[in-house]
Amino acid sequence: MSTLLPIDILLIAACAWLAIGLAGLVAPGNTRFIAKTLFPLGALVGMLVGLVALGFLGESPETAVLVVGLPDLPFHLRLDNLTAVFAMLLGFTSVGISIYAAGYFRQGQGSAPGVLGLEYHVFLASMLLVLLADDAYAFMVAWESMALSSFLLVTTDHRHEEIRRAGFLYLLIAHVGAIAILLSFGVMTSGSGDYTFAGMRAQHLSPFWASAAYLLALVGFGAKAGLVPIHVWLPEAHPAAPSPVSAMMSGVMLKTAIYGLLRVSFDLLGSDLWWWGVVALAVGLVTALFGVLYSTVQNDMKRLLAYSSIENIGLIVVGIGLTLIFHAYRMEALAALAMTAVLYHCLAHAGFKSLLFLCTGSVLHATKERSLGKLGGLIHRMPWVAWLALAGVIASAGLPPLSGFVSEWLLLQSFLFSPGLPHPWLNMVVPVAAALVALVAALAGFAMVKFFGIIFLGQMREPALKDAHDAGTWEKVGLSWLALLTLLLGILPSTVISRIDAATHQLLGVGLADKLNEQGWWMLAPISPERASYEPLIFLVTIAATLLLGRWLVRRLYHGRVRRTAAWDCGYWFQGPRAQDTAEGFSQPIRRIFDVMFRLEMHLPTARDSKPYYSVKVEDHFWYWLYLPLARLVSAVSGLVTAVQGGRIAVYLLYSFLTLLGLLLVARP
Amino acid sequence: MISISGLIGQIFAIALALLLAPVLSGWVGQCRAWFQNRTAPPLLQPYYMLHKLFHKDVVLAHGASSLFRSAPFVVFGCMVLACAIIPALSTDLPLAPAADALALVGVFGLARVFISLAAMDVGTSFGTLGGRREMLVGFLAEPALLMVIFTLAMIAQSTSVTTIVETLAHREFLVFPSLAFAGIAFTMVSLAENARVPVDNPATHLELTMIHEAMILEYSGRHLALIEWAASLKLYAYSCLGLALFFPWGIAEGERFSGLLLAIPMLVLKLAIGGFLLAGIETINAKLRIFRAPEFLGTAFMLAVLGLLVRLMLEGSA
Repeated sequence: MSTLLPIDILLIAACAWLAIGLAGLVAPGNTRFIAKTLFPLGALVGMLVGLVALGFLGESPETAVLVVGLPDLPFHLRLDNLTAVFAMLLGFTSVGISIYAAGYFRQGQGSAPGVLGLEYHVFLASMLLVLLADDAYAFMVAWESMALSSFLLVTTDHRHEEIRRAGFLYLLIAHVGAIAILLSFGVMTSGSGDYTFAGMRAQHLSPFWASAAYLLALVGFGAKAGLVPIHVWLPEAHPAAPSPVSAMMSGVMLKTAIYGLLRVSFDLLGSDLWWWGVVALAVGLVTALFGVLYSTVQNDMKRLLAYSSIENIGLIVVGIGLTLIFHAYRMEALAALAMTAVLYHCLAHAGFKSLLFLCTGSVLHATKERSLGKLGGLIHRMPWVAWLALAGVIASAGLPPLSGFVSEWLLLQSFLFSPGLPHPWLNMVVPVAAALVALVAALAGFAMVKFFGIIFLGQMREPALKDAHDAGTWEKVGLSWLALLTLLLGILPSTVISRIDAATHQLLGVGLADKLNEQGWWMLAPISPERASYEPLIFLVTIAATLLLGRWLVRRLYHGRVRRTAAWDCGYWFQGPRAQDTAEGFSQPIRRIFDVMFRLEMHLPTARDSKPYYSVKVEDHFWYWLYLPLARLVSAVSGLVTAVQGGRIAVYLLYSFLTLLGLLLVARP
Repeated sequence: MISISGLIGQIFAIALALLLAPVLSGWVGQCRAWFQNRTAPPLLQPYYMLHKLFHKDVVLAHGASSLFRSAPFVVFGCMVLACAIIPALSTDLPLAPAADALALVGVFGLARVFISLAAMDVGTSFGTLGGRREMLVGFLAEPALLMVIFTLAMIAQSTSVTTIVETLAHREFLVFPSLAFAGIAFTMVSLAENARVPVDNPATHLELTMIHEAMILEYSGRHLALIEWAASLKLYAYSCLGLALFFPWGIAEGERFSGLLLAIPMLVLKLAIGGFLLAGIETINAKLRIFRAPEFLGTAFMLAVLGLLVRLMLEGSA
């Protein structure tokens, strides 16, 4: 047994991340050492993880048992294809983020750099262990380490009151979720006391208990993924964290929740009921629509992206719901199509959303501004960041030929088959759900145009922006890596799908790879070329060729002369930066059309105001519908409890005595 | 594999689109003038316009970035691709597998995002206004268009545009009620997407009402020429798509040139009728206030969804 199995390499990688983190404690104040040595090392480990996972795809599962753990329950680890897909996502995304972080973290941002490096690498290692865990105990330990390390990362800048609040909210909801997951595992062991995943697979739960386990898992993992209505931490925590951390949380951590949901619903729970899929579909649709609508009305660039992440998670859960429905009716080929859309969107979102979050980090460093209302025109000062962000924006808007479109295309294709469902009303309701998916996709375009247009285009809204500078070399390399991933995922869908197909195959027993291999690598035709096909490379080449040919011909036949002058703007003389749309102004149509979706507080000036001002505040309905009543209830209940809490030790001793007496009475033999 | 005749047909289709699109715009303009009792401009007026614009210097605003300069070429490229994959003359198009109907919606979306971003680039009040309104129209029209395509894709069991057209052309003479809904929704979406009355007016520079024109105010010279050409290509693409989907007769199938000989006069005839009707619609309707536009497009969306429901409930898997 001297050969090193992939699972061993991944385990060593996790340990290497921990070691890198600990190494930072040797000189916690030495920014240069930590940023320029440790983070690039972390990126190398990430590359290793990504490559090993990529190489593993298609192999049979490997298991390992660690000596650490509880006395009778050591840590079980398992590497299978589902794990490998998400480990690949983690590895490759972390490469870009770690390289970027090498250039990003500087002195004087809350926690010492060494502590930050430790938290960051513990975060990475725990995410890898979440994916590898093969028993409930190891899973929960890794899951909690992930939650705690990310909480500490969110509160890096803990001197700000609002950041502490965001961190607390995050911690609270993460633990509500963790309890639900724990209960779900408890149900799945069904009293056998066997907490390994293998033991759970062997259980045959009654439909009632299986459904209970599924719903608990949906709540638990949904809290981590940001499903409505337990999404409220997400738009608070993502903007509070430093940008590489936001990128890591949004790009990778949310996907571990998706991984957990897939693991529980397709792997651990043997039985499957069609209404599970309907629940996931409905929750996913609400989440997606909610996320995209709120993302269009945000004025803070990181909050906008955070809501956009909620939208993408919603789309992924819609895909999971569709997969569950097809799977329940044994339409496995179609389930495989929807599952591929799910996995593909996980990969695509990890790439483009981390790219966009990192771009906001560069903008934040260059301008010290997060509010869209004070940005603008940065393409002139930060061309690199702007053009790389454009790649992320196009992918995020779900437009061809980049990555976001492929998964959206696959999702819509699987919706097209839903009329074939052998159920009297599902076959009519489910296809109509595609209309909402289409609306969400189109609104995402609006949000992304707002994001890019307000930050990078137009005139600079503040004079201080003139001093903005482009990203440094490390940052450029990190951003370019993620943009490259986005491009490759966009133009080589067949190649990627034939790799990740192993995971689909593992969960559903069938895959798309055989179909895809019949056609060329450039062509994506998951069912048959007559049914539907998409060739992004030819698509891209045609547009690029027309573009270059057109440019060449115009210059050749006519001329390439250019003059510069003031803007025309129909002859209006006032063309200052304040004549442009503000961030609020840009989203005004959305507020007006979808006003029932928002809780609006608006003040509009009247003609007679001596000091006219305009303000608009958009808030989340769920705070007022769900959280504040809940908080009031909790404080009312605790108010009742305070009646017995007098503060006198003698009274407390009396309580103990009475309890003891009661127990003695009850437990009398 | 790609046949030689298919390749020639493909190049011919693109060339025809490039040549015919400005004529179509000119024809619509002419019909509009006749309806309104004005003296019509010549049919080839758009060509003179393009020629003039290509000759002129580009006058760029000081704040224009590289994105502003590249957007017209990107938009033009998108529209050429769209015209290349829509079976206007023949369903034997080697480029057709590159993008199915869903990707076609994506092409239009990509062009829209670029032109809106370019509109915001200089940072003038009209530019951002136009960009915002264009995205507003876009996010309302795009789902409606997708739902129309969904209905048709369910009839044809395929999202490939050529397969849909072949299926519809070969169906027995049997009117699908869903097609009627889809057709009306498609017409409404086309009006909005091509900046036509009642959503927008291509002939206005009245500040508060314009959408498309507001976006391209800062463009001049060859950039403006390309955008104008792309706009007429878009009108041509939408017209051909509508004709191919709802009136697919006369489109050549297979690899025969004889089919093309019939297809060209049929296409010209259908486009002429379509352009005439478009001018009619534009004349008898008034331009809507901008906040009536969502209602208009919302209706289109509802009609498209209704078409889908009709398809699912009444027509079964016929």
